[in-house]
Amino acid sequence: MKPLTRHQIAWRAAQDLEEGTYVNLGLGLPTLIANYKPKDRDFMFHSENGIVGVGPLASEAEADSDFVDAGSQKITLIPGASISDSAMAFAMIRGGHVDVTLLGGFEVSETGDLANWDAKMTHKGQLVGGAMDLVAGAKSVRVTMQHTTKEGAPRLVEKCGYPLTGVGVVDRVYTDLAVVDVAKGGFIVREILEGLSREELQKRTGARLRFADGCGVLKAPELPGK
Amino acid sequence: MIDKRVTSLTAALEGLGDGASILVGGFGGAGVPFALLKALEEAGARDLTLIINGIRYVEGFCPKIFGEQRVSKVVCSAARSRGPNTSNYERQWLDGKLEIEMVPQGTFAERVRAGGAGIPAFFTPTGVGTQLTEGKEIREFDGRPCAMERAITADFAFIRAMRADRWGNVRFRGTQGNFSLAMAMAARTTVVETASATDDPIAPDEVHIPGIFVHRVIELEDAAPKNPGEL
Repeated sequence: MKPLTRHQIAWRAAQDLEEGTYVNLGLGLPTLIANYKPKDRDFMFHSENGIVGVGPLASEAEADSDFVDAGSQKITLIPGASISDSAMAFAMIRGGHVDVTLLGGFEVSETGDLANWDAKMTHKGQLVGGAMDLVAGAKSVRVTMQHTTKEGAPRLVEKCGYPLTGVGVVDRVYTDLAVVDVAKGGFIVREILEGLSREELQKRTGARLRFADGCGVLKAPELPGK
Repeated sequence: MIDKRVTSLTAALEGLGDGASILVGGFGGAGVPFALLKALEEAGARDLTLIINGIRYVEGFCPKIFGEQRVSKVVCSAARSRGPNTSNYERQWLDGKLEIEMVPQGTFAERVRAGGAGIPAFFTPTGVGTQLTEGKEIREFDGRPCAMERAITADFAFIRAMRADRWGNVRFRGTQGNFSLAMAMAARTTVVETASATDDPIAPDEVHIPGIFVHRVIELEDAAPKNPGEL
C-alpha cells in the first residue's frame, strides 16, 4: 500500500473535470491540478482577482507583475481569456457561473461542512480570502487533502473542530487514500487505495463510511514531485 | 477646463488627517498604489482605518505605518504576513491593540461596490454558519439563509493604474484593476497614481474607471518594487 502523493491527488482530481467547464483552483495542493489537465478536454481556470482563462506560470522572460493569479504568482493567459474587476469575479462565483471549485481542507464533516481557513495559529494573523464565497457559490465544491493529519488524526470527521468555511457545502473529497462523496446520510467511498482494506480506511476516518456499490480502486500514474 | 491632475503628493493627500478612512486597491502586488502609500507613511496621520484586501503590502513597503502604530482598524480578507515571523500588525492584533475586521473577499468587494452604488446593505449566502457572520441579521431567500452585510464607504481611495487622462478616466493593464473600480466609487476623494497622466483622452470605450469617480490624478515614476507580489 502506497498512499498517493500530493501530485497524484491532484492528478486524480483533474480526471473528473469535464469538457467546457469553468474551474477555480484554491491555493496549495489544488494549484497542482492545472498541471494534470487531461489533454482531450478544454476548460477555463477562473481566478478570484478577475481572470477567466489562467494559463501556465510565466517563464522568467514572460513574467510581468501586472499579470498575477489568486496566489500572487506571475502567470500567462490562454486564448479566450478575459479580465474583469474583483466585484465581477465574485459575481461569477456567487452567481453560480463557476462550475467547480477545488480547495484545500483541514477537515470535512459527514454533512459536508468544510474547515479550511483558520488554523488558529498563535503567532500569525488570519486569512480568509475567497474561500467562503467559493463554497457558497460554485456549483460543485471538491476538496483535496491528506486523509489524516501528520499525527494520524482523521480529517474526515463527524463534526469539524476548526472554524468553518461553509456549512453543508462539500460534494467530494480526494485524499491520499480514497475518493469520498458527501451524500445524504454521510460519507460514501467511491474509490479506495489499492491494497488498503475497508477496515483500515475506516480506522483512519472519524465518521462512519459507507462503500458505494462497485466501489473502485484508487490509483494514479507515477508522477514526479512529492 | 476639467483637469484633475495635481503636481505634488502633498496636493494628492490634501485633507487627509488623523482618523481618516482609506480604501487601498491592489491584489497580488498588481495595482498596489505604492507611491501614495509611501506618501501616507511620510505624512504621519494617525488613528487610520485601512480598507485593503491584503495588509502585507502596507507593512512590506511602508513599515512605519504599523511600526508607529498609526492604524487603529483594518478591514480586509488577508491579515497574514509571508513567512514564519510575526509582523507588526499581527503582533498588534494578537495583543488587542489593532482591530481587524476579517471579511470574505467577495463580500469585501461587494460591500465596497455597494457603498459606491448607493446600496446601504445587501444579503449574501457567503459565510452563513461561520464565525464571520456571527451577530449579523440572517434572512431566508428562496429557502437559503443569507446574512446582511453593510456597505463600505471611506474618506479616500488610493489607486494605481497604467494610465489616466486629465478628466480622471482610468485604464488598467493586466490584473491591476481588481478592487479599484469599486473603491473609486466608494470614496469621497479618489486619488489615482499613474506613470502616464495624459492630455489626450483615453478612448471612451477603453475606460475602466469613468472619471466621474476620480478626483485627483498624480503622475509620477513607477514606485513599485521589482517583485511586489513577494512583499
